[in-house]
Amino acid sequence: MITAKAQKNKKTPQIPNVATLRSIASGSRRIAQKITTFGKRKKIIFALATCYSLLATLVYAQPISSSDLINNAKQYDGKTVVYAGEVIGDIMPRGEFAWVNVNDNENAIGIWIDADLTKDLLYTGSYKSKGDWIEVTGVFHRACLEHGGDLDIHAQKLTKISQGRFISEEVPINKKKLSIYLSGAILCLLILQSYRLMRQKKPRI
Amino acid sequence: MILKPQIQDIKIIGFYLGKIVIGIGLCMLIPLIFALIYQEPNPAFDFVLGFLFSMLIGLGLVYFCQTDKDLGWIHGMVLVSLSWIVATLLSAIPLYLSGHWNSYLDSCFDAMSGFATTGLVLVQNLDHLSYAHNLWRHLIMFMGGQGIVIIALSFFIKGTSGAFKMYVGEARDEKVLPNVVQTARFIWLVSIVYLVLGTLSLGITGLLNGMKMHNAFFHGACVFMAAFDTGGFAPQSQNILYYHSLPFEIVTIIIMLLGAINFKLHYHLWTGNRKEIFKNIETVTLFITVMLTFLMVAVGLNKLSAYPAAISLFRKGFYQLISGHTGTGYMTIYARQFINEWGNLALVGIICAMALGGGTCSTTGGIKMLRIGVLFKALKQDIKRIILPEKAIVVQKFHHIKDIFLEDKLVRSALLIVLAYLGLYGLGAIVGMWFGYPFLESLFESTSAAANVGLSCGITNVSMPAALKLTYIIQMWAGRLEFMSVFALIGFIIAAIKGK
Repeated sequence: MITAKAQKNKKTPQIPNVATLRSIASGSRRIAQKITTFGKRKKIIFALATCYSLLATLVYAQPISSSDLINNAKQYDGKTVVYAGEVIGDIMPRGEFAWVNVNDNENAIGIWIDADLTKDLLYTGSYKSKGDWIEVTGVFHRACLEHGGDLDIHAQKLTKISQGRFISEEVPINKKKLSIYLSGAILCLLILQSYRLMRQKKPRI
Repeated sequence: MILKPQIQDIKIIGFYLGKIVIGIGLCMLIPLIFALIYQEPNPAFDFVLGFLFSMLIGLGLVYFCQTDKDLGWIHGMVLVSLSWIVATLLSAIPLYLSGHWNSYLDSCFDAMSGFATTGLVLVQNLDHLSYAHNLWRHLIMFMGGQGIVIIALSFFIKGTSGAFKMYVGEARDEKVLPNVVQTARFIWLVSIVYLVLGTLSLGITGLLNGMKMHNAFFHGACVFMAAFDTGGFAPQSQNILYYHSLPFEIVTIIIMLLGAINFKLHYHLWTGNRKEIFKNIETVTLFITVMLTFLMVAVGLNKLSAYPAAISLFRKGFYQLISGHTGTGYMTIYARQFINEWGNLALVGIICAMALGGGTCSTTGGIKMLRIGVLFKALKQDIKRIILPEKAIVVQKFHHIKDIFLEDKLVRSALLIVLAYLGLYGLGAIVGMWFGYPFLESLFESTSAAANVGLSCGITNVSMPAALKLTYIIQMWAGRLEFMSVFALIGFIIAAIKGK
């Protein structure tokens, strides 16, 4: 709807002179340039938006830390999450499934998984070995109904990121040296003690 | 006028302290043997060094403080409190050398937590800790639960009349058998028998859970030691949640309850007096307080719909409650879940349970059931006095192995200890708040440390201030020894400085 004020502001059409036409022409060039610039910007913005959304998708697919899962358990409850970490301790088969405890260097979380999927796991984290580093995709449960209220992940997919290895150890030389010094000191004390005992046992004349 | 302690007093304390230190050193041979069996050379050297340090200090004290004089009351009390500090400092050596503790203070924190059967931990990367160090952590708990002095009494200090003074100093004012050394040996007998049975049952449960044979029985032994001594250490970082097993939880609940029972009651149960368990003031009070605190926890959890089903609410709620009430500290939830999901009412229920503790002359900490029972009986007596005519003679009795008349002296001593505990819980909470932690979280952690429980709501971690770590160490020490020997040590130091 056009208002009365707008109708008043309407001007009657006039025939343009040369100068006007020139100025129109130069203005339209500027507009055309601007449109071209805007188009470029649009393309850049579009490209950036695409990159951002791709990145966002990637970030979402990145593993969530155990601390994040524990601290925001209600938020993640029942959702499919990606979690990665080192397999530690025993893989405990329970019928067709198995419990795998996975530690992401912050906490360890129990993963309930099809036992067949654990067959590729060769190393589990202990004193003598670094466990396989795996990534699991599965449903996170804040208080799992199936497992008595445990906080766990029911894994659907398991990917081995890197294989574990045995850890070799060496005894530092300082420890060996210190042991020898201390043994010497104890030996001296024992000699002194036995000397004292001998003196005590010796009958006084 | 305060009398300054004589050189002879210091020699007596030093001599017996030396013997206890030798005992601690010899205990390090057990994980050393384990390290050799499991082919862990680096941990083996950690224990060689720990053993040598202990022997050097122990033999040195025995040599330089040689005496044939017996312990007096003050010597016994000071010796006990000192021996706990020295044992902590020495036991922390192999832990620190392992590289799994960020500082020596952190390893001392865990050593004191072990000896005091608390269960709060600052260990890093626990899942990669050696078998030998893991065994040592649990062995510390086993020794602390029975009492460091009990070890010395059983094996190193024979026939001394000062033995009873040390025994009392370690917060055990009840003798199971007429002789203190016999009592100490009985405590060991009970513990070793249960150790074998507990390890077998937990090991078999572990095997059925799918664990490897050696791991199942190693974990079984470790978890038994920590559960029976109401400690709360576990071989893995997830604590009991690692096992994902209801049978495992049930077995640990039974062991925790056995650990919370008075050794005197164990003796009567062993000798066939099974009715005692239904009549004893401690077991009756324990039953009532468990019911009341569980009610608080259950209502609190239910109000917040923390668990999707009643069965999971019971499983999680009851387990943490029994663990807290018996002073164990085993957890099947993550520390932050207490704060994020449990809500204030359930949290207060757990705090109350932790504060109350288990039986006297058991391995638990906290106020203890006998004192709570005695105070309620005294309250009942006072109410009766108000209701009945003035001339009426009100006599109150309670049953603890035998019928005992409730005397004012008994009530007074119970009340004093209760007040001391409440003060200790409060002081720790104030220090926690001083460092910026919220009130309820500070109170939770402080109560857990002072009552030697070990449940954590997340405050206890490596990044907490060193002053707070020290506060918790002192709380664990004072709470475990029930104040008297700690006060005696403070008095002894003051006398040494100001005395004439």
